[in-house]
Amino acid sequence: MPETIGFLKPRQAVLDRRREIIADLADLLPEGCLISEERGLKPFETDAFLAYRRVPLAVVLPETTEQVAAVLKYCSHYGIPVVPRGAGTSLSGGAIPQEDAIVVGLSKMSRILDIDLFNRTATVQAGVTNLNISEAVSADGFFYAPDPSSQLACTIGGNIGMNSGGAHCLKYGVTTNNLLGVKMVLFDGTVIELGGKALDAPGYDLLGLVCGSEGQLGIVTEATVRLIAKPEGARPVLFGFASSEAAGSCVADIIGSGIIPVAIEFMDKPAIEICEAFAHAGYPLDVEALLIVEVEGSEPEMDAMLESIIEIARRHGVVTIKESQSALEAALIWKGRKSAFGATGRVADYICMDGTVPLSQLSYVLQRTGEIVSGYGLRVANVFHAGDGNMHPLILYNINDPEDAARAEAAGNDILKLCVDAGGCLTGEHGVGIEKRDLMLHQYSKADLNQQMAVRAAFDPQWLLNPSKVFPLEGRPAA
Amino acid sequence: MQTNFSPEQLADPHVAESEKILRRCVHCGFCTATCPTYVVLGDELDSPRGRIYLIKDMLENGRAADSETVTHIDRCLSCLSCLTTCPSGVDYMHLVDHARVHIEQTYRRPFKDRLARSIIAATLPYPPRFRLALRAAGFARPLAGLLKRVPLLKTFGVMLDLAPNALPASRAAKPAVYAARGTPRGRVALLTGCAQPVLGPEINDATIRLLTGQGVEVVVAAGEGCCGALVHHMGREEQALQAARRNIDIWLKAAEEDGLDAIVITASGCGTTIKDYGHMLRLDPAYADKAAKVSALAKDITEYLAGLDLPEQGARGLTVAYHSACSMQHGQKITTAPKQLLKRAGFTVREPAEGHLCCGSAGTYNILQPEISAKLKARKVRNIEATKPDVIATGNIGCITQIASGTKIPILHTVELLDWAYGGPKPAEL
Repeated sequence: MPETIGFLKPRQAVLDRRREIIADLADLLPEGCLISEERGLKPFETDAFLAYRRVPLAVVLPETTEQVAAVLKYCSHYGIPVVPRGAGTSLSGGAIPQEDAIVVGLSKMSRILDIDLFNRTATVQAGVTNLNISEAVSADGFFYAPDPSSQLACTIGGNIGMNSGGAHCLKYGVTTNNLLGVKMVLFDGTVIELGGKALDAPGYDLLGLVCGSEGQLGIVTEATVRLIAKPEGARPVLFGFASSEAAGSCVADIIGSGIIPVAIEFMDKPAIEICEAFAHAGYPLDVEALLIVEVEGSEPEMDAMLESIIEIARRHGVVTIKESQSALEAALIWKGRKSAFGATGRVADYICMDGTVPLSQLSYVLQRTGEIVSGYGLRVANVFHAGDGNMHPLILYNINDPEDAARAEAAGNDILKLCVDAGGCLTGEHGVGIEKRDLMLHQYSKADLNQQMAVRAAFDPQWLLNPSKVFPLEGRPAA
Repeated sequence: MQTNFSPEQLADPHVAESEKILRRCVHCGFCTATCPTYVVLGDELDSPRGRIYLIKDMLENGRAADSETVTHIDRCLSCLSCLTTCPSGVDYMHLVDHARVHIEQTYRRPFKDRLARSIIAATLPYPPRFRLALRAAGFARPLAGLLKRVPLLKTFGVMLDLAPNALPASRAAKPAVYAARGTPRGRVALLTGCAQPVLGPEINDATIRLLTGQGVEVVVAAGEGCCGALVHHMGREEQALQAARRNIDIWLKAAEEDGLDAIVITASGCGTTIKDYGHMLRLDPAYADKAAKVSALAKDITEYLAGLDLPEQGARGLTVAYHSACSMQHGQKITTAPKQLLKRAGFTVREPAEGHLCCGSAGTYNILQPEISAKLKARKVRNIEATKPDVIATGNIGCITQIASGTKIPILHTVELLDWAYGGPKPAEL
């Protein structure tokens, strides 16, 4: 595919010093923590946004914060770009390296350090997976709320980098609302701590700044997160509709009437078929659109909320209503939904959009999305967090066909612009990465972007941390 | 995932199949989370996604295998946990099979590895040789420590460590037709296998007793033997296919004579392979259909028993930790039947945490990769012991040997407990 998204030109001075750099890194790290052979580097050339690929100079897998600090200090001293990597599940290319970069992977830092049920916090290393946190406290009746669909694999460090969301964030908020503190290594090797176990810390809310900074302000090595008590009960209910538009307007009406279920997820027919093929969750296959609405609380609470939701759904012509009858069935419903992107691999390659729109625009944007994609001669599957308007059209294409790939990318750009023009934004939870970098000017004015870039430069004046991401390559301040 | 093969490369049916498998992968990374070696080592090169990438690069470039790639493929347990996790349905099993054959054909291993692998391939699949080797190991055991200090001989030190202290008397189920008692309900062939009759002959005894007692005639066909899994996982494809063809001929003869409802297998590792005969021999015009027939007949013992609707038994006051072998849960997708059978037979069943993770046995893995295997064993034993069981049950001889070497809690094959519950003798371990 002719690449439309550019990367920074590799620094020749860094490439020329390759052997020296690798020898120096070997001195900074224990055995088994450095990958420098060509064969071993290739698998790190991309993440889950796999249309773009760059083989890095080396990969380091440190085991301690001190080792991360030593590597960053070294790289800042010699002007070597650094790309942080958690589990490499980014859908926006956040972990894609470049030829002159050192990938700092946190996958060996996967220990849970402290569980404090009294204060309802957990302190974990950055490479701990999102789901591991919930599993570690599940027997005690707690969980960690933000639940990206990739929660099985994605790391808390990556979640902080992208300020990740998930199906249940409608009620509990996204990562930034559940993050209490971090230990972070600055590019010069300084280790700082932000926040702590309390809900708020004095001084500037630098924690808020770090959350969602896509690895450009430093590398988080430890995080303290909030734990939440599990509800008394939870029940996902399936609502089938004869059209996507009807389902979309039903969502807007539910939220508009002041009801906040834990989750409202949307799937259109292609997505239903894909997910059912993998999970056998019992999704209705005879409807055009499906909402998974989850309510939680005591039985009477759930009943009351469901009653109001069903009444609204009836007004929008709901065709089928199916309540999960067992914990197993509920688990399958979520398994299907959370595996949707991966399961799409059964039918085609895809790129996944992440635009967010005001709920009043949901039906319109859905309809226009379909028109845009078919205008490019491609197909689309929609599966997304409808309750907060966070859309994920999956544009299906053939990655082995360069023309198809170019069309998919163009369709994606049109859809994201549509979201912004409808009063929404480019990314709800996947981050800008490289994917949406050049659209940032469609979202922000020059002055807005300059201010963000000034903040970034205050942390990393050389612009070497995850350098090709987030901000358009043109118009950056001189490093 | 994008692939880049020439039409000439794709003319090779093995490459064409691997290309199709690779095209399914969307690089989502879910598989990393449930891969035992990634969980233990934290390096993507030791995860399915990393290995898929290494294999893709090797095959696309039509390149001989290199030591870096071989290291990471060798570390794969073939536990197939990734197969259960993968939402896109990437057939990792057949991809890594292809890679192993490619490695075997294009890569020259260091002398000590070749020696160790040749000895394994020449011993384990043959019960008389294996029994003899284990006897010898009994005498040589004091040398284990010494051998492990000599790099060339390290593998042999590990093998001595793994050899059981006492070997059960040699009384493998003899080729015969074991008549059903009571109302006839079926007729099956039983795979007696290779390592299992040496290490745990009671398992097949219990199986024959239980099945015949339930009205099922059991045929142990003369000449059947190792299913080929051990050498198959070492990339020695011709040896594996020979084993498969031999068993296919023998079983189909038995099926033609008096009919067979199933080929019952009591080691889930073998079950996974026999159920794959149809695929392994798909390109062999003389055997493709026959192999598919045998694969369709293959049933794990618990899978077959589940269809017999055994009567519910009274509570036994015994808590069983059920360890699902990887070949059972991931390879054959048999998850509920063994637990339901145990419950129905009156046992209290507990499921250890991290049940999806391998115990580190994985065929010959505990011999060839002792460090990673030991880490997985310790983790598995910790999770099992946390359930405070009286006894551990599982459906694969490899897991039994591996876990037994790490805990004092008795471990039995599921069928031994079921046999006891339905009138057989109480297992000696209890």
